[in-house]
Amino acid sequence: MAIPAYAGWGERLWYYTFRFLCGLIFLFLISPILIVLPLSFNAENYFSFTPGMLGLDPDAFSLRHYKDILTNGMANPERLTGWWSDAWNNAQWIRSMRNSFFIGFFATIIATVLGTLAAVGLSRSEMPFKKKIMALLISPMIVPLVITGAGIFRGFSDGARLINSFGAWLADFGGPLTWIGNWLNEFELVYTHLGVILSHAVLGTPFVIITVTATLVGFDQSLVRAAYGMGATPLRTFFKVQMPLILPGVISGALFAFVTSFDEVVVVIAMASVEQRTIPRQMFSGIREQISPTILAVATILVVLSIALLATLELIRRRGERLRGVTPA
Amino acid sequence: MTAIANNSAAAPLTIDGVIIDDAELKKRLDKAMFRSRFRAFLLVLPLLLFIVFSFILPIAYFLMQGIYDSSFSSKMPEVTKSLKDWDAVSEPTEEMYAALAADLRVVSANKTIGRVATRVNREFPGSRSLFTSTGRSISKLEAPYKESLVKKKKKWADIRVWQGMKTASRTWTPGYYAAAVDLKLNADGSIDQQVEKRRIHIKLFLRTLKISFLVTLFCVVLGYPIAFLLATLPVRTSNLLLILVLLPFWTSILVRTTAWIAMLQSQGVVNDLLVYFGVTDDGSRYSLIYNQLGTLIAMTHILLPFMVLPLYSVMKGIPPSYMRAAKSLGATNWTAFWRVYAPQTIPGIGAGGILVFIVAIGYYITPALVGGQEGSMISNFIDSHMRQTLNWNLAAALGGVLLFVVLIFYWLYDRIVGIDNMKLG
Repeated sequence: MAIPAYAGWGERLWYYTFRFLCGLIFLFLISPILIVLPLSFNAENYFSFTPGMLGLDPDAFSLRHYKDILTNGMANPERLTGWWSDAWNNAQWIRSMRNSFFIGFFATIIATVLGTLAAVGLSRSEMPFKKKIMALLISPMIVPLVITGAGIFRGFSDGARLINSFGAWLADFGGPLTWIGNWLNEFELVYTHLGVILSHAVLGTPFVIITVTATLVGFDQSLVRAAYGMGATPLRTFFKVQMPLILPGVISGALFAFVTSFDEVVVVIAMASVEQRTIPRQMFSGIREQISPTILAVATILVVLSIALLATLELIRRRGERLRGVTPA
Repeated sequence: MTAIANNSAAAPLTIDGVIIDDAELKKRLDKAMFRSRFRAFLLVLPLLLFIVFSFILPIAYFLMQGIYDSSFSSKMPEVTKSLKDWDAVSEPTEEMYAALAADLRVVSANKTIGRVATRVNREFPGSRSLFTSTGRSISKLEAPYKESLVKKKKKWADIRVWQGMKTASRTWTPGYYAAAVDLKLNADGSIDQQVEKRRIHIKLFLRTLKISFLVTLFCVVLGYPIAFLLATLPVRTSNLLLILVLLPFWTSILVRTTAWIAMLQSQGVVNDLLVYFGVTDDGSRYSLIYNQLGTLIAMTHILLPFMVLPLYSVMKGIPPSYMRAAKSLGATNWTAFWRVYAPQTIPGIGAGGILVFIVAIGYYITPALVGGQEGSMISNFIDSHMRQTLNWNLAAALGGVLLFVVLIFYWLYDRIVGIDNMKLG
């Protein structure tokens, strides 16, 4: 939209005003994220710029808040031997980082596998009740998280009670049933990693369905028929023909599911005890209780992570475009 | 061979040498169709079961508590039975007092009297201590119970305690939903408006709708120009600028909320700049956060990408030749934009706007962290009922109302945009 040479002064004025306004909006979008980066190197325990920082005094900057991420909660931060295992086991942020990746990883796997299968089924023309089922499967994305959190908390705690009493009933039969029964009798979902993983998998599936169905829209179903015609089994057809073509959708869906889990805090508040605290949960209580720049240091690390994520997605998109470019329409 | 020989009006087909007529063909076709439908359904089934068992049923179970409450009737069965026939106005009889004494003995022995007291206290505030103190000396109680209970605590003669118990004794009750919309269920089953100073929920719902609407409006106003710019710039430049939209989109909500605290607090960046430029002096910094303004700014920032991305994809699809055609036919820039371009972007505004509104209306984290008192929304209130007052039933009823509003907009979204047209990133 370059400005034409014949434009009058009014048009020119509007052209530059419009660009200026857009610049302001972009500034609004990006400035809070950029402001976090320098603030996290604050040598003081403040959430704002000190005069020293504005004067670019090297002494006003430090890595102390990054050190705090590693040491906060450690039994003995000054010790030299066994320092790493102490941090790994006791430091609050390290533990929440481990929880976030652990929960996110398994929630993503469940969401991606179930979501991809469902999307493949949903995009077949012969699928019955397509729209209704789709609306139901997308609903975790739109139901307010407070309701989801409360519902899953109540449902999982009383559901586990039900399983417990079934286990007690089963245990009376003797033999291997006793073993299974006893295991079921001890089964817990609330305040366990499994419970948080399952609830995050629920929240992640809509994204997988949306991204995979989007890639399947352009998918030529006759390719599947051709594969069948040449004697391929359904499984082989899926992995050799369909999967490579929908892979970009599957991967970006998985990334969405992972980020959803990684970013989610409301359900974690309801479902998790201190043992399952994730990074956003730790940040949430950090902001509520004592605002320390350590949170800004964590935020900086997360911003760097999301830049890496964005780059990955861009690469996938390019690959997808290239692949679809060679696919005959 | 026979098939060819009989190739007249209604030719039977042969498959593998077997002749089949129309009826048989239809049957086989139906069977094959059924099988392929079933196969498609089998692919969806695992997720469907997973969603039903770990999402739909738990939420239904939670919402049921908005109409189901057995915390009184299951613990106080005798008095519940006798209250059923009571007309809620006449003086309670000796049988009712006897039933009450019998029930109180049981709940006092198994230590559930506190829950019963809490339940009645919700209906008639101030009656909690009546139950607990009577429970402590219940063993000394003797017939006639009416006389001895009233002698112990005068309040047992107060008809409002009995009316409260009658309301509390309903297992299936519309009371919580009534309370969620500022109505009050009376003992005789009638419903009136709640007293003036306790009407807080409607106000809160309206505030939530107002904040969501304003956030949606700001997102349209801020999102439209940059989506337009992105759609009209050359691809190379627009891809670079798109990063400025996508980076916030992929950054954690907690990070962005934290960032806004650093920006807007009284010693924050924005106030520092305002003081530096002399807009205000150091003593009178603006309070931009921990109020409604803070919620509005942070939520607009968080939800803006949800607006820009659908708008951008719609605008990408509008051929630039339309605008040029309009101008060559003599339209001014404004007319060409307003009459030709803008109407074609309405689907994008609809898609983005409803999505932003749906997400905004159930927002919890940002209002909780930057909203303060007047910037909090209905989700925060539901949460505080579950965590602080422990009134899960009222929380469920409020949640039910909120979910109802959200589902209306979800339905609208489906009608206008279509769920299968939802796109991300």
